[in-house]
Amino acid sequence: MKQGYLLAGVVGILWSLTIIVCLTIVMAFSTGLPVRPVWFASALQGAAIGLVALYLPSRILGLLISLALVLGISLLQPFGIALGQNSLAQGIGVLILGLGLYFPLRAMVQGLPVGRLTRHQFEEGIVRFLTGFGYVFFTAIVIVPFYVMLMTSVKGQQALLLNPLDFSIEWEKGWGLFRSYKELFLEHHFGRYLATSFFVSVATVLVTLLFSVPGAYAVARLRFKGQAVMSRSILLIYMVPMIVLALPIYVGFSMFGLRNSLFGLLLIYPVTTIPVALYMLQGYFRGLPGEIEEAGLMDGLSRLGVIWKITLPLSLPALASVSLYVFMIAWNEFLLAFMLLDDPSKFTLTRGVTMLNSSEVPRQHLMAGAVIATLPILVLFLGLERFMTKGLTAGSVKG
Amino acid sequence: MSTTEFSSSAAGGGRQTPSPVPPPSGPLARREARLAWGLLTPTLLSVALVIILPLIAIFWISAKPIGLSDLRPTTPDVYERMRGKVTAAGDKAVIEYRLKNSSREKPIRSVTMTDQWPAGLEAKGLDARCTIANGMISCNLGDWEPGYNERLRIDVVAGSEFVDSGINIRDSEPVMRGEASSELFSLSFTWDNFRSVFDSGEFLEVLWVTLFYTIVGTIGALVVGMLAALMLNKSFSGQGILRGLFLFPYVAPVIAVAFTWVTLLDPFSGSFNALLVQMGLIDTPINFFGQRPLALFTVTAFEIWRYFPLSFLFILARMQSIDNDIYEAADMDGASPFQKFYYLSLPQLMGILSVLFLLRFIWTFNKFDDIFLMTGGNAGTRTLTVNVYEQAFAISNIGAGAAVAVVIFGCLLAFSFFFFKFLSREEGL
Repeated sequence: MKQGYLLAGVVGILWSLTIIVCLTIVMAFSTGLPVRPVWFASALQGAAIGLVALYLPSRILGLLISLALVLGISLLQPFGIALGQNSLAQGIGVLILGLGLYFPLRAMVQGLPVGRLTRHQFEEGIVRFLTGFGYVFFTAIVIVPFYVMLMTSVKGQQALLLNPLDFSIEWEKGWGLFRSYKELFLEHHFGRYLATSFFVSVATVLVTLLFSVPGAYAVARLRFKGQAVMSRSILLIYMVPMIVLALPIYVGFSMFGLRNSLFGLLLIYPVTTIPVALYMLQGYFRGLPGEIEEAGLMDGLSRLGVIWKITLPLSLPALASVSLYVFMIAWNEFLLAFMLLDDPSKFTLTRGVTMLNSSEVPRQHLMAGAVIATLPILVLFLGLERFMTKGLTAGSVKG
Repeated sequence: MSTTEFSSSAAGGGRQTPSPVPPPSGPLARREARLAWGLLTPTLLSVALVIILPLIAIFWISAKPIGLSDLRPTTPDVYERMRGKVTAAGDKAVIEYRLKNSSREKPIRSVTMTDQWPAGLEAKGLDARCTIANGMISCNLGDWEPGYNERLRIDVVAGSEFVDSGINIRDSEPVMRGEASSELFSLSFTWDNFRSVFDSGEFLEVLWVTLFYTIVGTIGALVVGMLAALMLNKSFSGQGILRGLFLFPYVAPVIAVAFTWVTLLDPFSGSFNALLVQMGLIDTPINFFGQRPLALFTVTAFEIWRYFPLSFLFILARMQSIDNDIYEAADMDGASPFQKFYYLSLPQLMGILSVLFLLRFIWTFNKFDDIFLMTGGNAGTRTLTVNVYEQAFAISNIGAGAAVAVVIFGCLLAFSFFFFKFLSREEGL
């Protein structure tokens, strides 16, 4: 099988199947047409275009032949339906199919001889295909759920039942597209949930920092018996599953009347984040040069003064990472909010979205709720990705 | 490579290992130690209160036969009203207290009642258990057995002061006190909870489901994350965007993505089934979350989807820190891509892979939200953590839930013992 033409053919078939599946999904989602791949024709197209890419050096000629092959082999039905149905969309589809088959395949077989391949060349070809496949596959599995979430929230119930694949935007509805959001905010009090979640998350961040900064400084800088044990065992707390803690907390809160209070929630949330914040910060504090702090001590600052005036200003990037990470944990927290809050006037956002998961509430409301819960954290993530990624990495693998 | 190292390298500083020399002892050193403990106290206290105390409590509760309803405190109930119309001074009426122990199981001991009477009411023929002083009636009602019910009537004569003021007798609530033993604080213990958990035929299944979910989920997330990292481990434009995109599943709230998967895979209105049917791959829609053993595979796939970004992030960070020289040298020697991966990259990644495996293993084992939101533990997806919730809240047996929690804790202790022994040898953690 280590022949150039064989590899080009096989890679062509696999790539063609990948592309046709993706393109079918894209076409179905964006137009609602009953498109479907013609498997055999696709495989044939792929093999043929793979060989064209291998044998023919001219790009323009190769692309033209590819387009002709796409149309010819599929008997003018590249997506399993007559070209007459929504010709514009199908035309664009054919163009993308031709481009998406020819150029990636050309890149994959580039430099490979037609005849016998060395092991190096053979594996190189396979790696190139796998890389291409990986880009498409990973992008698809990440984007599709979020796309479906967003689009379901702006669709009508009827339209979705009629064709669950049609995610085309009904522009003629205008502002009516956001009906689900309007109802959530007006009738389901999502404005208040949003505010509560925001308040709880920010408060959690503040309390966490208040507790963990001094603790981290002590572990990182001060010498005392048990320092080593402390810095190692702090993460052990993360080994304890939340559900094991939640049960006694529920019992205790029921007895002391702390259930259904945000205060109760705020007693718990920071403690779940303090250990990881402490751990992240002590790592950072260790990396700061000790000389500056010693100079501060010499000049008559107390230890607390040193922390406040020297260490903290130097650690702003780390504080940003920690804050974002903690904010994310608190914002996304579900279990405790679910168990401890029953009173709809005190719901956090995640708890509020749970309420929408019932057969009486239409699906698009649930998805709109999901979008409302996701959007702030994704915006924050995209805007401050540098800090967030650092926080995620340093925050180790808390799940 | 230890976890400590990536935290510090990610945060931008090298780590100084603590000096092996014992700290000097002297007044200054003692002051420093005192300050350190002072700074750590808030953290230690809060951790003790919120983590250690509940952990102890869970053992206590697991040996108690208590259900959800036992969490409500047993208190004496009272309903007060005035019978008879009072229109003029000297009219007679009856003040009636309906007393009740609404608990059907627990007695209430030494019940007392106090109530403020409005001015101008005079009691005639007071019950022997009650006394009146300064318009305040107090009664010693003794012990009430479960379901106790009584009407305490007191004849009164209204004075002009009462008639004129027009005060309603119910404006002041009677105050009831009584001691009810709570099962929670008694010193009797039982093995019943553990027995009911272990005896039920489903326990073995729960254990098996947990193991499958944990092992396949962990390894899957690692492998998928490594593939994604391999793919992005070269610089090209758009690499940053893709890297950010790949983190979406992890960053988004679990509740949003879990419900999205449920919507997406719904057998009736879900897009995924519709897609498969339209492509001609299946004839009838598949119930991904409703049928054994498919539901378990689906939730495991979700777990992999949601957590591959984490392994991806770590493995990519590690890959980018590998020196490029060794690959150039390997190229010189004619190594093929797979050989380079197997003989050069993989050994370098082994450290981070094993750390990730151990940590992810424990956290997947602890995972509750994902399965709970998607299937609620039905269709053969009940893991140990979901079982805690099922026992405690669906069956309303808090004690049995706590017993499962104790089992989880035991497993974790065993894992940690094993892993940290292994880790401390292999990774210097």
